[in-house]
Amino acid sequence: MYEFILPNAWLIPALPFLAFALIGLFLHRWPKVSAGLSIFAIAAAFILSLPIATAVFAEEGGAVFEFSARWLSMPGLNIDMGLLLDPLTAVMLIVVTSIATLVQIYSLGYMKGDPGIASYYSYQSLFAASMLGLVVANNFGQMFVFWELVGICSYFLIGFWFGKESAKNAAIKAFVTNRVGDFGFLLGILFLQIIFGTLNFAGLSQEMAGYTNMAVLIPIAILLFFGPMGKSAQFPLHVWLPDAMEGPTPVSALIHAATMVAAGVYLVARAFFIFSSVPQAMTFIAVIGGITAIFAATIAITQDDIKRILAYSTLSQLGYMMMAMGVGAMTAGMFHLMTHAFFKSLLFLGAGSVIVAMHEEQDIWKMGNLYKKMPVTTWTFIIGALALCGIPPLSGFWSKDEILLAAYASGNTGLYILGAFVAFLTAFYMFRLIFVAFFGSNNYGQEKAHENSGVMTIPLIILAIAAVCAGFVNSPLMHHAFGHFVNNPAGIQPEPSTAIMISSTVIALAGIILAWVIYQKKLISHEALREKYSTVYNILKNKYYIDELYAKLGDVVIFGAAQAMFWFDIHVVNGIVNGIAFFTGKSGDALKYTEDGQVQSYALYMVAGIMILVVVATVAAVSVIV
Amino acid sequence: MSGFPVLTTTLLVPLLGAIIIMCLPADKHKSIKYTAAVATFISMILSLVVFLGYDKALGGMQFIETIPWIKDLGVNYALGVDGISIPMLLLTNLIGFSSIYASWKIEERAKEFFTLLLILISGVMGTFITTDLFIFFLFYEVVVIPIYLLVIMFGSTKRVSKEYAGMKLTIYLLIGSAFLLAGLIALFIKAKAISGIPSMDMAFLGTLDYSSGFQILVFAFMAFGFGTLLSMFPFHAWSPDGYAGAPTAVSMIHAGVLKKIGGYGLIRIALTILPLGAKFIAPVIAVLAIGNVVYAAYICLSQKDLKYIVGYSSVSHMGYVLIGIAALNIISINGAVIMMFAHGVMAALFFAMIGNLYEKSHTRNIEDFGGLAHQMPKLATGFMIAGLASLGLPGTVNFIGEFTIFVGAFSTFKVIAIIAITGIILTALYILRTLGTMLFGPRKEEWDHLQDLKGPELVPLVVLGLAIILGGCLPFTLMDLITNGVEPLVAQMALIQIGGLF
Repeated sequence: MYEFILPNAWLIPALPFLAFALIGLFLHRWPKVSAGLSIFAIAAAFILSLPIATAVFAEEGGAVFEFSARWLSMPGLNIDMGLLLDPLTAVMLIVVTSIATLVQIYSLGYMKGDPGIASYYSYQSLFAASMLGLVVANNFGQMFVFWELVGICSYFLIGFWFGKESAKNAAIKAFVTNRVGDFGFLLGILFLQIIFGTLNFAGLSQEMAGYTNMAVLIPIAILLFFGPMGKSAQFPLHVWLPDAMEGPTPVSALIHAATMVAAGVYLVARAFFIFSSVPQAMTFIAVIGGITAIFAATIAITQDDIKRILAYSTLSQLGYMMMAMGVGAMTAGMFHLMTHAFFKSLLFLGAGSVIVAMHEEQDIWKMGNLYKKMPVTTWTFIIGALALCGIPPLSGFWSKDEILLAAYASGNTGLYILGAFVAFLTAFYMFRLIFVAFFGSNNYGQEKAHENSGVMTIPLIILAIAAVCAGFVNSPLMHHAFGHFVNNPAGIQPEPSTAIMISSTVIALAGIILAWVIYQKKLISHEALREKYSTVYNILKNKYYIDELYAKLGDVVIFGAAQAMFWFDIHVVNGIVNGIAFFTGKSGDALKYTEDGQVQSYALYMVAGIMILVVVATVAAVSVIV
Repeated sequence: MSGFPVLTTTLLVPLLGAIIIMCLPADKHKSIKYTAAVATFISMILSLVVFLGYDKALGGMQFIETIPWIKDLGVNYALGVDGISIPMLLLTNLIGFSSIYASWKIEERAKEFFTLLLILISGVMGTFITTDLFIFFLFYEVVVIPIYLLVIMFGSTKRVSKEYAGMKLTIYLLIGSAFLLAGLIALFIKAKAISGIPSMDMAFLGTLDYSSGFQILVFAFMAFGFGTLLSMFPFHAWSPDGYAGAPTAVSMIHAGVLKKIGGYGLIRIALTILPLGAKFIAPVIAVLAIGNVVYAAYICLSQKDLKYIVGYSSVSHMGYVLIGIAALNIISINGAVIMMFAHGVMAALFFAMIGNLYEKSHTRNIEDFGGLAHQMPKLATGFMIAGLASLGLPGTVNFIGEFTIFVGAFSTFKVIAIIAITGIILTALYILRTLGTMLFGPRKEEWDHLQDLKGPELVPLVVLGLAIILGGCLPFTLMDLITNGVEPLVAQMALIQIGGLF
């Protein structure tokens, strides 16, 4: 059976692509048919992914299959469209197809009544196809192709409600910021191509095995990392992700929390053989990840918009994953990617359920006591939040614990402390959200709030189960099965430590308790705190003013220069052209008076000409004689 | 296929159409347009036949036709196509066919318009399929006349008047061709002195061994002539004004294919015949190309008029082609050829959409628009496809061009390539801002009366959009052909360079 299914794995990205093409070309007049087709395609891709994952995991340590089709080739450059099926791919396939299926089903409820359902599902299908194409890529060229394609899907879906000025701007910001990262990524790929002559992962890994020229490897690794910095929204290219929340909430759940933004982490894992051979690049990755984690977590505690809190939380968690990669714990990073995908998409879908119930309200201070009206949403949301905070035995506990452990065991005590502090902040801001919105004393919107239909709550329940259980696959209970398959010889997998487990649990509980004290029991007034530390609060609330800084810089550097160059083009380049034309015209004007039709004038020119010739001839003759 | 003169037929059908239109009464608009559509359709089908019928295993020039013309000058009416010319031939006909439909609404002096347009299409096609230098030059000059007339008769006046635009365009073309002519004559005389045979055959001229000083001089002339045509910085000033002044169909053909004669000439004539000159001058071209890519992209950011944006953007994209040519390796030249194709279909689609919108709204200022996707979703799709192609999104043929050029150029000029690649950020910025301002955002009631694309207006979108996407998803269809044409050229260059000075 595997012999049949493995070479046909290309169907996994192809089915959603086909759905996209059919909807885009023919079916867009029938929204229900479009939605059905899209969901069918992604569900089929999920079902196909299962035997493939089984085949890969059937072998001890994981089997590797590779298939390629010729796509763009010429002497000296060869880019295939390939399938690389190994444990890393298998994990990603399951994560992407399962969450995409649930999100698309959930969207039936969330997008109900929207006039653009058909195009929504066509973009969803295109996204699924591109993301799956990215996941199965066996070379950097293919990776880049799909990397850009998921970016454009993200652009379309962020700007899905294109009538909104803010959505339009957020979409542009997302794409352009990503392009900045992709600029570096592309340069990295070009370096690889011209130095090693191949972009195939296996081929590169072979070529690079004996290569030790650090002066080349360091820039390559750093440049390649620019791609993940853009896509996974790492500091300082993080600015697009919070704004991306302008898109429909299921999109935020799938693309901007679970899958696409994790592509950067996936890329680092995929190209771990490059990064791990360059210690400087690893440090760079770890530090960028660490900065992002703490930076975003501090912002999250001051935000009021339910989706923005989750967005900053996503940033922070992506930073966590990068940090894990940077300290060498590729397994831990991928493990956290997987668990995070489940619980964060759960949280986003839960937030979406609240937003629908509250009629598009997103401010947590305008919500309260939702648990009474929306039990399923509330309890699944709390499960997701507990998983995110790392409360045992939920999935986040196992993966977060591994990251902290890796930071500690690799000797990066600073990063460990930072990670632990971020864990505290995470617990605090998540339960600030929960106590304010789901419990609390105010009863805003109680009359309109209601639990949503099964099409939205069943995906929540399924994801909640996953958020609880997904962590066991790499727990001591299952003998770290995940780590046996998803690993890299250069990576580290330290032995579990009870002390770290206990301390991180305590830290998380402390954060929850603090949130409870302030926002539920109101023993400490949060208004008073805000007053007292108003400077800090304002900096955090305004996201460290980085968006403003970029906007200013862009105005001056980019648009100022644009104006200057346009001035140059009009006045200098065109000025010279017009000047030459003017000179030609004027000299013609001047000379035309010589042609006056009078015989006397012509006789005069003739005599003058003869005299000049005589003088020239005389001078020449004299100079020859002398 | 043997015996039937496919290329001559492809070339002459539009001309025949022009003659038929001249014989039709001026008020029979329907018949005039149908004649033009049928003529260009036949040419398009025939060029597809050539594209599919070309035998890649055999390679070289195929579909050859030779009729001696001026014996003393060695001029033959010689046609033939290879992997470099077929994409250009196909491009010309795809755009030619679409341009007829983009002009479907022309009522005033339609007879003159379509006659001139068909002559223009034939002229452009001729430059790509001939293997004789003299005939090449002849067709190149044939193109100038209809362009000038079409711009001053049917153009539009905005920032500059259409008379100014038409004159600027024409004079630039003529200055370029004057230098080209000087180069051709020098080449002809030198070749005759070396071999004793008068010949204008490109392949034959390429086999001779010219001194390096001569090569550098003549190459410089040609680089200036062809460079001007390709809007090489700082000789690009005609391009934005010219496109802004020209009627839609002329903008489409000019930006889409006529410009490409410059790049095609550089590769087919200058590189092939004068490899040592190329080696010497190429770095200069590469440096100037940065002016194209980056400088023009910046200017795009400051523009409000749609045609100026696409005009400057086309200057910017030609920079990639120039870098590809200047890097002088098989990958980069492959990239330059496919980029010319890609830019052609993209620019033509852009201009078709702009023309359509302008016809209905009488403005091209992007800030007058907003949220047009509400009223005109199909037009918005056309703009989006063209825009995404323009910013080099994978899945469009433009990505293939850019990526290949980058790989090729990067191995020759590191710094120049890196500066040029920043163009991908700037392009994304100006394209998305432009499209965002026009198409997205709140609905503007004042444009509620605008009709979306329908009927014949859809033809450019379907034909050109399909070319962009098919080329992008199945790049091997075009690329294998191009490699087939470029490979012997590069091999020959390498062969000659071994004996050269460098």
